Amino acid sequence: MSQTEVSDLPDGLVAVVKQDCPTCELIAPVLVELAKKSDLTVITQDDPNFPAEISNRMLDADLAISWHHDIETVPTLLLVRNGQEIDRTVGWSRPQWERLSGVSELGIHLPDQRPGCGSLSVDPSLSAELTVRFGGSKLLGRRVEFASLEDTHEALFERGWTDGLPVVPPTESRVLAMLEGTTRSPEDIVATVPPDLVPCTVEKVAVNAVMAGCRPEYLPVVLAALEAVCTDGFNMHGLLATTMPHAPVLIVNGPIATKIGMNSKNNALGQGNRANSTIGRALQLVIRNVGGGRPGEVDRAALGSPAKVGFCFAEREADSPWTPISTMYGFPSGTNTVLAFPGEAPRNVVDQLSRDPESLARTYAANLISIQHPKLILGFDAILAVAPDHSRIFGDAGWSREKLVDRIVALTVRPGKELIRGAGGIPEGLPEAMADLDLPKFRPNGLHIVHCGGGAGLFSAIIGGWVNGEMGSNPVCVEIIP
Amino acid sequence: MTKVLDPTNETEPAKIPRVDRPTSLDGLTVGLLDISKPRGDRFLDRIEERLVERGLRVERFRKPTFTKPAPVDLRHEIATKCDVVIEALAD
Repeated sequence: MSQTEVSDLPDGLVAVVKQDCPTCELIAPVLVELAKKSDLTVITQDDPNFPAEISNRMLDADLAISWHHDIETVPTLLLVRNGQEIDRTVGWSRPQWERLSGVSELGIHLPDQRPGCGSLSVDPSLSAELTVRFGGSKLLGRRVEFASLEDTHEALFERGWTDGLPVVPPTESRVLAMLEGTTRSPEDIVATVPPDLVPCTVEKVAVNAVMAGCRPEYLPVVLAALEAVCTDGFNMHGLLATTMPHAPVLIVNGPIATKIGMNSKNNALGQGNRANSTIGRALQLVIRNVGGGRPGEVDRAALGSPAKVGFCFAEREADSPWTPISTMYGFPSGTNTVLAFPGEAPRNVVDQLSRDPESLARTYAANLISIQHPKLILGFDAILAVAPDHSRIFGDAGWSREKLVDRIVALTVRPGKELIRGAGGIPEGLPEAMADLDLPKFRPNGLHIVHCGGGAGLFSAIIGGWVNGEMGSNPVCVEIIP
Repeated sequence: MTKVLDPTNETEPAKIPRVDRPTSLDGLTVGLLDISKPRGDRFLDRIEERLVERGLRVERFRKPTFTKPAPVDLRHEIATKCDVVIEALAD
């Protein structure tokens, strides 16, 4: 992209101001004074008639002058000779303005100093657009230009770049704004993305995050999630290629969840919150567009699930009776983390009558046994998402997460003769040789109990796992790096 | 007119031509790859019997798990030892 030429600044004093700035309004009489006593040009960013009493005024309508001369604050007073800036001061400071102008007793009725306001050229809503327009681009990706008669949204569908829902067109200014969300360089490689095993840059993640509808502050979570799922342990290739319906389920812990406005309360596993809805979707779009993983191709899911659109939520940490789920993976409370769990869509557990932890644990056990199949064991981890009306019962009784897990694991141990092939009139089941063993449903650390949900409702939810362990996938928790 | 950034990996997959199908199996080594799905071995055991009856040489291979791509060393070993390969999915 070509650099825009901008003319030299006029010689003498140049004041860059905007009308929508109390400090600029305050010092308008000083500008009038300076215009009388020296060679002053006022460059105004918004109102072409501000300040009204000044005749030597220029309007910086497209902010080209402000951008090219790195104006970050208004007012800024510059001293220019032969078209070159030789000095500047920002905001209002009588000694500085007197020094630069050589005029004494400036604005003697004003306070000695007053900080300025942000220049329009660094306004967050404009700066990415101005960088694209004036700055040339640092982005390496291929540009795709749609014909003027093409409907952009239809064109994005036709190219196969969406998951079936509309996407935000990833224009250069939007991608640049997205990249402001991370300290990482656009060309950094985040992970090697299956199934095509493509090294994926921060820039490509940002493009897909824009499309998913993310705000820039979500990007570090998306980057961490991608790192987590592209590990050998998580085995994203297998999770994508399986005929089972599972997908990465992302749980965010730490202060970042609140900071970026994630929902851990009412409808936490549902729709309506931008961060929850778009972070998981951004990850899925990276798998699709960068990794090349598409349904009916390498994605062989027989049925799939709504979780495959994108499934992300935050743990309700503030009033949880338990430590954050990330502590299971060795992170201290308060660490920003994302846990990737290979899971399916959630299913509700109702128990409105239990008022003691033992009976509620029995309810959980009875429901958890049926994950994938009541007669299949040790193959499938699970998330148990416990809402506050249920969690309070454990909190009041002093049941730690470990105690609840241990109790559920004990309650889900069953005699092998009930689980072998043919038992209960069902061929599905375990080999005959296991008939005399007592067998647990879950492997050690297979059950993940998290706290989330709204304040009313005696419910919990189960998110069943995919083939767990070395032969399938292990959940992976990583720290989110800004 | 909208200009967007390409969200894909922008790469063209390398195209490796397939080996021509043999007109006959006579004198060839047949690889049998079990992907470790339940009962895939039963299917391959029967295939092996039938091939051996016909006087063919058979090599058996097994992926460590059906959930992951075959390790590169295994793929190389199959390509080195065999002329054709039969892969068994099963459940």
